[in-house]
Amino acid sequence: MRNRITTGAALGALLLLTGCGAADMTKQASPFANAQSARTVTLSVQSWVGAQANVAVAQYLLEHELGYRVDTVQVDEVPAWDALSQGRVDAILEDWGHPDQEQRYVQDKKTIVNGGDLGVTGHIGWYVPTYFAEQHPDVTDWKNLNKYAEQLRTPESGSKGQLLDGSPSYVTNDKALVNNLNLDYKVVFAGSEAAQITQIKQFAKEKKPFLTYWYAPQWLFEKVPMTEVKLPAYKEGCDADPAKVACAYPHTPLQKYLNSGFARDGGDAAAFLKKFRWTTEDQNEVSLMIADQKLSPEEAAKKWVDSHESTWRSWLP
Amino acid sequence: MAAVTTTAPRTATPGALRGAPARKLLALALLAALLVPLAHARWASGTWPTALTVDLTTPLTDASTWIIDNRDSHPLFLYVLGHVSNAVVLAVRAVYLLLLAAGWAGTTALAALIAWRAAGARLALGTAAAFLACGALGMWVPTMQTLALMVVAVLASVVVGALLGLAAGLSDRLDRALRPVLDTMQVLPAFAYLLPVVLVFGIGVPAAVLATVVYAAPPMARLTALGLRGADKEVLEAVDSLGATSRQRLLTARIPLARKELLLGVNQTIMMALSMAVIASVIGAGGLGDRVYQALASVDVGAALAAGIPIVLLAVVLDRVTAAAGGGTRRTGRALWAYALAAALAVAVAGRLMDRLDWPDAWVLEIAEPVNRAVDWMTAHLYSGVPVVGGTADWAGHFTTWVLDPVRDGLLWLPWWAVLLVVAALAWLIGTWRTALTATLAMAAIGVLGVWEPSLDTLSQVLAAVAVTLVMGFATGIAAARSDRVERLLRPVLDVFQTMPQFVYLIPVVALFGVGRAPAVAAAVVYALPAVVRITAQGLRQVDPAALESARSLGATPLQQLWQVQLPLARRSLLLAVNQGVVLVLAVVIIGGLVGGGALGYDVVFGLAQGDLATGLVAGAAIVCLGLMLDRVTQPTRKGA
Repeated sequence: MRNRITTGAALGALLLLTGCGAADMTKQASPFANAQSARTVTLSVQSWVGAQANVAVAQYLLEHELGYRVDTVQVDEVPAWDALSQGRVDAILEDWGHPDQEQRYVQDKKTIVNGGDLGVTGHIGWYVPTYFAEQHPDVTDWKNLNKYAEQLRTPESGSKGQLLDGSPSYVTNDKALVNNLNLDYKVVFAGSEAAQITQIKQFAKEKKPFLTYWYAPQWLFEKVPMTEVKLPAYKEGCDADPAKVACAYPHTPLQKYLNSGFARDGGDAAAFLKKFRWTTEDQNEVSLMIADQKLSPEEAAKKWVDSHESTWRSWLP
Repeated sequence: MAAVTTTAPRTATPGALRGAPARKLLALALLAALLVPLAHARWASGTWPTALTVDLTTPLTDASTWIIDNRDSHPLFLYVLGHVSNAVVLAVRAVYLLLLAAGWAGTTALAALIAWRAAGARLALGTAAAFLACGALGMWVPTMQTLALMVVAVLASVVVGALLGLAAGLSDRLDRALRPVLDTMQVLPAFAYLLPVVLVFGIGVPAAVLATVVYAAPPMARLTALGLRGADKEVLEAVDSLGATSRQRLLTARIPLARKELLLGVNQTIMMALSMAVIASVIGAGGLGDRVYQALASVDVGAALAAGIPIVLLAVVLDRVTAAAGGGTRRTGRALWAYALAAALAVAVAGRLMDRLDWPDAWVLEIAEPVNRAVDWMTAHLYSGVPVVGGTADWAGHFTTWVLDPVRDGLLWLPWWAVLLVVAALAWLIGTWRTALTATLAMAAIGVLGVWEPSLDTLSQVLAAVAVTLVMGFATGIAAARSDRVERLLRPVLDVFQTMPQFVYLIPVVALFGVGRAPAVAAAVVYALPAVVRITAQGLRQVDPAALESARSLGATPLQQLWQVQLPLARRSLLLAVNQGVVLVLAVVIIGGLVGGGALGYDVVFGLAQGDLATGLVAGAAIVCLGLMLDRVTQPTRKGA
């Protein structure tokens, strides 16, 4: 009891210390940052493995080459922008395009700055497993999808074919697409990428056909080869009205974003993150080590760093 | 659900009251006969009529935009909320730095010594072992982060809860005002709390701590009020006759007399805070929960388990220590406390001098790989094609097609006023007209919010999961009540499943049952089962031995004893088990949105992930209403508790 009282008193004193005056909560760092007087960088890790690979390598180099301590926080994409603008996160290393957020934080509030290309181009699409596409080559055109709806039924999709979608945080127009292209399919949301991957792997183990929303670069292609289904070609602006979309997804050069305060005063770490740029193959190599060989992100990063010195040398300030 | 309706009429009510259910139903039928034609004439449709919904999207989106735009300039944020957030950050940081400074040896020693003084030598050993295990799993730093967050959240919850409880315990009017609020907060799924705090405080530790406080303070408040109100009248009179002032009376008599309830409140608060600390990783709480969540992303069950085990260990240790501190006789001895502190300090200093503050990497045990191999093997062999019984995927398919779909379609097929009528009838039969009214209004609110269909979808999952949970839970509970050995064997299993973060078993569940509503139901059953088993077993064991003895002497077979004596006499406990089962199942069915459960759970996850607060908040409010409705429908008139 006594112990509790003293702790209580200490906390009370703490509250008093924070005392009067304005307290801008958009400028408060994580309580776990900078512990034991190290220079700290906080990176946002999104839930997909490719993003983990970026962060793992950046973290490894920041820690071992530049002497920083790196904290990582897993936040979904849109909230990550908010956290980045508040400085709770210093950098997002892989962004798939969020025009609303960009307008709000980069253009209007100027709390976030663009950190340049990641070097990887992202593409979202509909995919079927290659073993199925080889047996039925015409499935790769969206016009023939209705023919296969019956084969792609699951208990969850009932009398229609199943189009497996993933995490709610991802960019998707699938419900509108199914509707506007008159497809006999039901979009089933797996709710998380982990659940989606697990399901795809189970299907693949039994060589069952499936149709799924998926994106490249992604390490799962190495485990379960998949072929893209052609949707009506993407044209600039055809996805402007979310309810009327009837075209494929664009190819997006993935971007890095930094908190503007960090970009200005972040020293070596900020300079390094701005220069950080690699290829799809590099990223996949690291992702595969993490997700498939189950190496810890740190071990995977170490392996890659040891064998690609020429690539990362040029990133160091 | 079935269990509720069948057990309800079998009450041993005196003849005069026997007609009550019939009269209630009659009254309801009359009311329905008057209102239904009206409602049907105006808004004839199966689902909730659109004319009766209120679209909150625009105001909610505006509110969210306003907050984001004004968070760094408006006085409300600068001078009030900013300080709250700042205080949380500073407090968590202070505790965290303290724990890091003590090093692993010092922290372990300190924890063990507190356990020793509060609960005895055996638990002290257990505590030390648990802390060392956290280190051995390579989770020392995340454990300390979670611990720091927990210390602050629990202290704040206890203070807030105790103050509220004090107010409710001393003033009848406040008690009447607070009780329904607290009762309600107790049954709400943790997920529903996340969005409002995120809206105001943004992602991060302050939001996580505040969500935890909101979630964990109610039990403390309830139990404090209960303890103060339950104080022995005679003792209070004696104190009065000694001429004590009301303050003296409070401090010297009422609070000490309520000690047991207060400590139980602390215990409950800690347990709830810990479960919330994990779920709050979705909004950036960091620590162990974040490790579990990150491991999920790479479908790494082993790594998730490595972070989940420390949570289980912390939960078990904290539960046992606080429970023992509440139940046991208190050994006061300042000298011993001083020795204990000195010893802990010495260990910490020794650790510092030897430069062994961080847990040594060489002592980390890698459990992730063997666990993953085991899980892979299990899912590979059970998923499908098992001879005779079929694989788990086939079961899930049948369950979806033959149970979930019909229940959902049936609910959706019912006209909206019929659903309200059923809810009212059930709630009234079991409770009072008040509970019936609350339940019906809650259900109607769902319709008004415009999420009638997803809510009924979620409801169908809850009903299916509750049915499975009750069948399995009652069976296991009866077995545990009849055999000591079974109960001993079950206890650790139940402990683990009750405290294991649900995130850990979401992935194996998908690997077994595929994506969809079936895995959500399975996860909910796993989570709710322990509580149902416990309450059932406890209720059966508490049945008056004399009644059993007399039944036995009359020559009743064991089955007859169970059926005609034990189960009817344990009716209250069984109903409580149903109620708890429903509440717990709802909590996990919501989390099932992460594995394809869809419906309200998906909307909440979507709202969090996309920063689309309109969708998320409306779904959260619907979950609140659903929880309220389910609680009231299964809640027999609550007297005293």
